[in-house]
Amino acid sequence: MEQPEQNVVTQTEPQTELPRAAALQDTRPSDVPDSPGASVFDAKNVSCYYGSFRAVTDVSLTIYQNEITAFIGPSGCGKTTVLRTLNRMNDLIPGAHVEGDVHYRGESLYAKDVSPIAVRRRIGMVFQKPNPFPKSIYDNVAYGPRINGQRNKGELDEIVEKSLRGAALWDEVKDRLKNSGLSLSGGQAQRLCIARTLAVEPDVVLMDEPCSALDPIATGAIEDLMREIKQRYTIVIVTHNMQQATRVSDRTAFYSVLRNEESDTRTGVLVEYGRTQQIFGDPQDTRTQAYVTGRMG
Amino acid sequence: MTATAVSGQAPDLREPKGWRSTKNRIMTVLMVTSFVLVIIPLGFVLFTVIAKGASIISWQFLTGSPIPPNVLPAGIGGMWPAILGTIEITALATVMAVPLGILGAIYLNEYGGKGWLAALIGFMSDVMTGVPSIVMGLFIFSIWVLHFGYSGLAGAFALGCLMLPVVIRSSYEMLRLVPDSLREGAYALGATKARVTVTVVLPAAIGGIVSGSLLAVARAAGETAPLLFTILTVTEANTNVFSGANTSLPSQIFSNASQPYTGAQDRGWGAALTLIVICFVLMIVARFVTARFTRYSR
Amino acid sequence: MSTAVKADPAVPAGSASPLSTRRPLGDRGFQILALASGLLVLVILVLIAVSTSQQASSWFSAEGLKIFTNNWDPATNQFGALAFIYGTAITAVIAIIMAVPVSVGIALLLNEVVPYRWSRPIVYVVDLLAVVPSVVWGLWGILVFAPWIQHIYASIASGVKGVPVLDALFGSPTSGASFFTAGIILAFMITPIVTSLSREVIATVPQIDREGAYALGATRWEMITGAVWPHSQGGVVGAVLLGLGRAMGETIAAALVIGASPVITSHLFAPGYNMPAVIANQFGEASGEFRAALMGLGVLLFVFTIIINVLARGVVERSARRKRGA
Repeated sequence: MEQPEQNVVTQTEPQTELPRAAALQDTRPSDVPDSPGASVFDAKNVSCYYGSFRAVTDVSLTIYQNEITAFIGPSGCGKTTVLRTLNRMNDLIPGAHVEGDVHYRGESLYAKDVSPIAVRRRIGMVFQKPNPFPKSIYDNVAYGPRINGQRNKGELDEIVEKSLRGAALWDEVKDRLKNSGLSLSGGQAQRLCIARTLAVEPDVVLMDEPCSALDPIATGAIEDLMREIKQRYTIVIVTHNMQQATRVSDRTAFYSVLRNEESDTRTGVLVEYGRTQQIFGDPQDTRTQAYVTGRMG
Repeated sequence: MTATAVSGQAPDLREPKGWRSTKNRIMTVLMVTSFVLVIIPLGFVLFTVIAKGASIISWQFLTGSPIPPNVLPAGIGGMWPAILGTIEITALATVMAVPLGILGAIYLNEYGGKGWLAALIGFMSDVMTGVPSIVMGLFIFSIWVLHFGYSGLAGAFALGCLMLPVVIRSSYEMLRLVPDSLREGAYALGATKARVTVTVVLPAAIGGIVSGSLLAVARAAGETAPLLFTILTVTEANTNVFSGANTSLPSQIFSNASQPYTGAQDRGWGAALTLIVICFVLMIVARFVTARFTRYSR
Repeated sequence: MSTAVKADPAVPAGSASPLSTRRPLGDRGFQILALASGLLVLVILVLIAVSTSQQASSWFSAEGLKIFTNNWDPATNQFGALAFIYGTAITAVIAIIMAVPVSVGIALLLNEVVPYRWSRPIVYVVDLLAVVPSVVWGLWGILVFAPWIQHIYASIASGVKGVPVLDALFGSPTSGASFFTAGIILAFMITPIVTSLSREVIATVPQIDREGAYALGATRWEMITGAVWPHSQGGVVGAVLLGLGRAMGETIAAALVIGASPVITSHLFAPGYNMPAVIANQFGEASGEFRAALMGLGVLLFVFTIIINVLARGVVERSARRKRGA
């Protein structure tokens, strides 16, 4: 990987001691296995284009099973773009295409005969702004199983309850499942969207800044949820909140922006990737260091 | 049917088999079919009109006068009275409806604000676009023709009533798109509201307003029903649009369509082609104006 | 039509009302002129109602409720109009049944399937459909389409002879100029307006809802039924109502191809009549109570279409407001 000529980071004089992010106290080292589990995603030299504009360049990393991996970095660094390549959501944008390869459990995601529908069934996504359908709470959660052929009312009831419990929403809505999904508060609606995603029993859950539209209490509830469900799922979360990354994630990938002077464009690049404790406590790259200590971003 | 992979087993990422993808494909085909179902009759009509009408069209046809009796074959006489009638009646209707429509839209957007009256007028204007054209004809018959007789003017009133709500609606949409910053700049220079509206807002929206009005004119030119009881179809050209019965292309087509004589039917096709060309030209000019002269669009 | 909220910078601060005499005369005159033009809409609508009802009053008083009987015979001064009301309803319903799936299909095609670059030509074609004048549809309808479809009607009729429900609907008598033909031609004519309104409604569905459905592994059709349709069903209903109103009032094409036969029959391929058609065809020679009767049909038509249009606009407004509020 070539050294970038110029990036958006401004170097200041180094301090004698890195200020310790207070949130680091929240990570419990014992939670992170020293040797990672199976590899779920294997990205090699992935570059993402919108038309001829290169949004992200040359990303290579591996996401491990049953871990929470966080993508952090300043705005415009492509972390959401990379996230969306993992479940082929960028296909929905005309002119978007991907170079390099992403393997999901050994299978290439972008091979010719791969169906994006099958991909998204296994790799679900929760969005920044909660987007419940204008249907009842029950129908929101049942939507996924229904389109996969589940018609039996009894089984649907079970799936709905299980998913709502899994999203820590069941107790709050069990008496009003017929109410519209639009009637829920922000935090509840986001948990509904999570329940909806869990209902199709995916392998991976991708989250694109899921708490940025929520208040701190709702945020805390979602973070608790993430820690609970990571035993059964693999989670990748994009967040601009560093404290959140230190609170929930096992591994962190830090992205930054490369500025191309001639064409005045910005391209995202993966700077550093490792265990969260190491990224925040002992960052190897100066850009990472500057970001996590709050000097930029 | 869990998706979590058992270790060692590669996931199947191929197309979901069976009903789901088939249904998706069927629906896409149906959607395309619905478009095809629209092209077919359109193509058919245009093709027939052009094929049958082109052989009738000639300088004689377009400028000859009077319109011959139905038994006579094409080639004798011509459609000039109808063409003249269409032009003068539609022009008169336009001159009445467009300025009033623009003023109405100005009221709604610039003066009406959130008041109940503006909301009512806006709502009823939209409702008025749905009033059948024949009702407009009956209305003008009751209120004008019974007292003053048939004339091109009566027909123009009826067409004008049809055009008015359409012009109001399209002009209103165009005025809405003009940004407030333009108005405020003019007010800051001490201009009155009327002056601002006429000299700043209207010119900014004029492209869209003109094209919307042209489409209203195209619709009016093709209308028959309002003219049935107001102009009384005749066969001689009438240059005085304000008095005396008149005729128009749609009126002639209507009366010729139910005739058994081939001469009359031929003339009907020729008139239809002429009419379609007129409407078509108006539509193309409207699009051109939209493309070149509209500064603010959605 | 929503109206804009803005403080009016033209009103001098402290003036008692927008028409305070502090403003120059020309400015006030212009405002009055604009207001008068707006009021013209209301005035015209009221005048329509009043003048036509007045002309039709002799019919209403002579027949009373008998106008709703199927007893139309000008020679003997009988003017029960049920056949025409029936014809108007039937042809409009046929037109809607055919036009709505096609129009919604095209609207979905434009919004969900076709890449933006190809949508312009498709829209042009649909607009072309709207430019063809009603009388040209009628001319083509009676001289070309009716003779052709007559054969198809005849074969269908012989095919369903004896079959209980189908024979009642599609059996003989058949004629090129008939209820069904009028319905087809009307369907062609209302497609552009239903399509364009449905398109507008479907385009307001937020993209994020579509993404939510896709993210669950939905196919495009499943996304449409799950995320797009719940948002747009209100607006589409409004569009359908507007199409219905337009179909009911469309005169000339119907007058030429409906067959001019005032009967009430379930046979859709038989000649029939409807309100605008009989007015168009017979008003010229009518007089006295006959003329009043035709005028009265015009009044009924006016009332029906006003009601449908008010309903339609109301439905569209309400679904738009709900979306904004939700």
